[in-house]
Amino acid sequence: MSQSTIESFAALASLVPHEIITHSLVEDVRLPGGRTMALLTLDNGFDHTKPTTLGPNTLLELHAALSAQKQRAAAGEIQALGLTGKPHYLVAGADLNGVKSLASPENGAAMATLGHAAYDLLADLGVPTFAFINGVALGGGLEIALACTYRTVSTGATGIGLPEAFIGLVPGWGGVYRLPRLTGPEAAMTVMIENPLNNNRSLDGAAAFKLGIADALFEPADFLEQSLLWADGVLTGATTVQRPNAVEPNGNPDIAARWAAAAAKARAFVEAKTSNAAPAPAKVLEVFEAGATITQKESAALEIAALTELMQTHAFHNTVYAFLDLVQKRSKRPAGAPDAKLARPVTKVGVVGAGLMAGQLALLFAKNLKVPVVITDIDAARVTSGLAHIHGEVDKQLAKGRISSDAANRTKALVTGSVSKDAFADADFVIEAVFEELAVKKQVFAEVEAVVSPECILATNTSSLSVTEMGRDLAHPERLVGFHFFNPVAQMPLLEIVRAEATGEVALATAFAVGKALRKTSVLVADEAAFVVNRILLRLMGEVAKAFDDGTDAKVADTALRPLGLPMSPFTLLAMVGIPVAHHVSESLHAAFGERFHVSGNQEVLISHGIKSLWAPAADGGEEIPSSTLKLLSFGNTPSTGAELLRRTQDALAQEIGLMLAEGVVAGPEDIDLCMVMGAGWPMHLGGITPYLDQVGASERVNGAKFHRDRG
Amino acid sequence: MSPQPVNTSNARQVRDVVFVDGVRTPFGKAGEKGIYHGTRADDLVVKCIRDLMRRNPSLPASRIDEVAIAATTQTGDQGLTIGRTAALLAGLPRSVPGFAIDRMCAGAMTAVTTTAGSIAFGAYDVVIAGGVEHMGNHPMGAGADPNPRFLSERIVDPAALNMGNTAENLHDRFPDITKERADAYAVASQEKLAAAYQAGNIQPDLVPVAARRPGEGFKLHTADEPPRPGTTLESLAELRTPFRAHGRVTPGNAAGLNDGATAAVLASAQAAEELGLGVKMRLVSYAFAGVEPSVMGIGPVPATEKALAQAGLGIEDIGLFEINEAFAVQVLSFLDHYGIEDTDPRVNRYGGAIAVGHPLASSGVRLMNQLARQFEQDPSVRYGLTTMCIGLGMGGTVIWENPHHADYGKDA
Repeated sequence: MSQSTIESFAALASLVPHEIITHSLVEDVRLPGGRTMALLTLDNGFDHTKPTTLGPNTLLELHAALSAQKQRAAAGEIQALGLTGKPHYLVAGADLNGVKSLASPENGAAMATLGHAAYDLLADLGVPTFAFINGVALGGGLEIALACTYRTVSTGATGIGLPEAFIGLVPGWGGVYRLPRLTGPEAAMTVMIENPLNNNRSLDGAAAFKLGIADALFEPADFLEQSLLWADGVLTGATTVQRPNAVEPNGNPDIAARWAAAAAKARAFVEAKTSNAAPAPAKVLEVFEAGATITQKESAALEIAALTELMQTHAFHNTVYAFLDLVQKRSKRPAGAPDAKLARPVTKVGVVGAGLMAGQLALLFAKNLKVPVVITDIDAARVTSGLAHIHGEVDKQLAKGRISSDAANRTKALVTGSVSKDAFADADFVIEAVFEELAVKKQVFAEVEAVVSPECILATNTSSLSVTEMGRDLAHPERLVGFHFFNPVAQMPLLEIVRAEATGEVALATAFAVGKALRKTSVLVADEAAFVVNRILLRLMGEVAKAFDDGTDAKVADTALRPLGLPMSPFTLLAMVGIPVAHHVSESLHAAFGERFHVSGNQEVLISHGIKSLWAPAADGGEEIPSSTLKLLSFGNTPSTGAELLRRTQDALAQEIGLMLAEGVVAGPEDIDLCMVMGAGWPMHLGGITPYLDQVGASERVNGAKFHRDRG
Repeated sequence: MSPQPVNTSNARQVRDVVFVDGVRTPFGKAGEKGIYHGTRADDLVVKCIRDLMRRNPSLPASRIDEVAIAATTQTGDQGLTIGRTAALLAGLPRSVPGFAIDRMCAGAMTAVTTTAGSIAFGAYDVVIAGGVEHMGNHPMGAGADPNPRFLSERIVDPAALNMGNTAENLHDRFPDITKERADAYAVASQEKLAAAYQAGNIQPDLVPVAARRPGEGFKLHTADEPPRPGTTLESLAELRTPFRAHGRVTPGNAAGLNDGATAAVLASAQAAEELGLGVKMRLVSYAFAGVEPSVMGIGPVPATEKALAQAGLGIEDIGLFEINEAFAVQVLSFLDHYGIEDTDPRVNRYGGAIAVGHPLASSGVRLMNQLARQFEQDPSVRYGLTTMCIGLGMGGTVIWENPHHADYGKDA
């Protein structure tokens, strides 16, 4: 690398002044066979709570260390180089916050080029290089290992993968070129495409070894010692490295055909999974396919170009925002939550009701809080059937091997039932899951309050009623808090914690403590109708329903919002929620907020005819609205195009979120996004929703300002 | 599960116990400059156990009946019943039990004799016994709270709780053992260890340890850190005497403060044969004895008397001695007692703790490793012994028979 290039990198490094540098610590190791290996440990000097990452300063230090070892190799002072990390990490990957701050394409390109410059030294040091993958190796952290001549991996390692397609980048430090040559193209597509897009899955050491990512697998207790011994065997020739999965597509038509087939399969997967809403996965496939017929150096140029381009995209910046700032950080420190020390211990839980929702709640509390849970209902038959359902769910998990039989016994024993609310007398936390009607819920809480201690926290799982109204006649309204789960309760990570007018700090703190113990992402919301997720979803579905009622073609109406990257189309969501439920919530929102929330006449017709879904399977294998359904419906004559509906919905969402922030429903747009990502599965590459609304101009069109002033 | 009925009709027979194999980590210097600063004591034990399993592939891990690991201080990374935790951390089956044991410097030796006694009794077939001391993490006596009655009733001279003082006391008792003799012995220990390394007699039983000191990268340790080859009488003469002004005990004629771990496989002779395990030594007898705590270094003498008497042997029957060199004066007092020359080639052929180090509770198995290798190299020797002095006034001696000797197994 020329001096001027290094200077340009030094300028790059100065742009990330607060980088926690991962140092390259080199020690010589004398191997049993008599050779000297320079062993490089990647270590940022902190314990396992601060993962090692790769920023420009780190890469410059690594480059300098490897350059020095290359000279020693040429001088015959070392016969091999080894690379490992501090405990639990080889290296966790690029410093995304640092990378994100490199605003210009020139700086992005320099960062991409610097990685190649450092990793190329590992691939061409003049002596064999070995990566000892002792722990997490994600993205650039795995690519650094792929650049080495050989790899070992620990059975204790977790978090091995190339998540770039998820983050909004490509494995552009050689991974996209080198991985498929080690594992074969099919496995490479699993690692580079399918896993990232399947909730950002990663591999453990055994799986990485099986795919051919590593040449040898050792247990953690003496992983480094055994890895060094193995390396010695490779160097002396005593150990022969077998790579049954390794392939080279250049000049081999069979392999090239596999390459193309794997790419096609992955492309279909991306289409099905994301509707191609984000650019990164397609870019990964493009570079992967090109890599079949070019050299590594040529591929590097493509990778650098792709990285440079993607680093500038909204999708990358939005994903870093949603993944790092929201899911990994904000969710752990909920905005507005009171001091956790105020929380009361919860040693027994009451659940009013023995229906499906009550059963889900009881199981969730028993499994996670590991305290007695009592369910009550009006008659013994309902209680018995509720308990039987809960026990059945536990048995299912036992049969699947998810829990041990001891754990199953424990959970079953924790859940009991009663026809009398007297069983709540010593409970610390009682939640109701009865019929969604204010009078019913008030009656329930009046009965509960007559039994429990004055300190017992009361919680409601209402999705649309006013918690303040619900607590109006309580002797101790300060103990009542909203506790809104999403269906299915066990899987959906979001919990909206509702502060009513009278809700006290102790009740709120306890609610957050319970939410954390239940392993939910808790967001504090104000007591406004439908809180966050349902209000936004219903506003969106109302826009689609209105367009449909006005005469827009069903397919157009149901596909117009594809750029929003919703996990399912509006009509599919409507059928899944249940048309009567959605309609009911629309009516309450209409009552609360007026015309902004459309109440669909056609939905009323569907409900009255017991029709559960607009779509039905069509003869051609697709789906259609059956003529029997169409006959019942009536339409206006002001149809919209897809583009019109999309823009109208963007504006509606910007308006609604603007109002919600003005009403103080949540502390900021970040909480809106966190709710939509965790509660509705809205995509991270849009940052949830508000960064997207800023980027398409909706925020400024409607509110005159962006939600995020400091972001693109 | 119900216990298997015990067949009581057979008269119980004492079974022969054999030393199958032993390993140790390279020993390090204790403290911030040492190679194991930043390394956990239990991890050192784990590496020994795993290496033993690799070296003896015919031994199924499920056949191990006990893991006895000694440590003088049993808190922190040496706490929590280290025999059991080390077994779990080493990946032995959960069905394999373990315990912690303590007899100060003779910890590993006692782990061996106690489990050996149980093997002879029939309670175990195969065991792992060893010891560890990370004196950097656990300075000797740290956290101990000696009973005030020791002082008020003069049960133990307070000075006897400091091992260096007891060594000076031993010089007082035996005026013939001068500082010059002690230094000469120490120089020889360094020379013998250097020669043993040169001949490759030490390395085969060392477990390589990868360790990382704070702020540094990983290194691989394959040799002991404490030895000072090239030590001369002149250089030793200049050292200070930290335990007594113008005294005789110096850092040069005593073992240092060290970190390290050892472990060995013992088995009944039948189990060794059944499992195809090698036999490096056969246990003949063992004994422990108490002496005045203020001269604890003389402990090996009465312990050896007892062990010889039990074996029906005389000191002249012993062809090799592995005596722990806590202090040169303590070795010399033993040799003087038996009329053995300071430079007798039967004694500590590979040098001793003065050169290699003495991580308290681990040292017993190091002596056995070295005796076993000398047995193999010298089939003319039939019996050897390992012995050591022990803090608070004790000694321990184990007598072993060489399986390579022509008369092995003919009568014992």
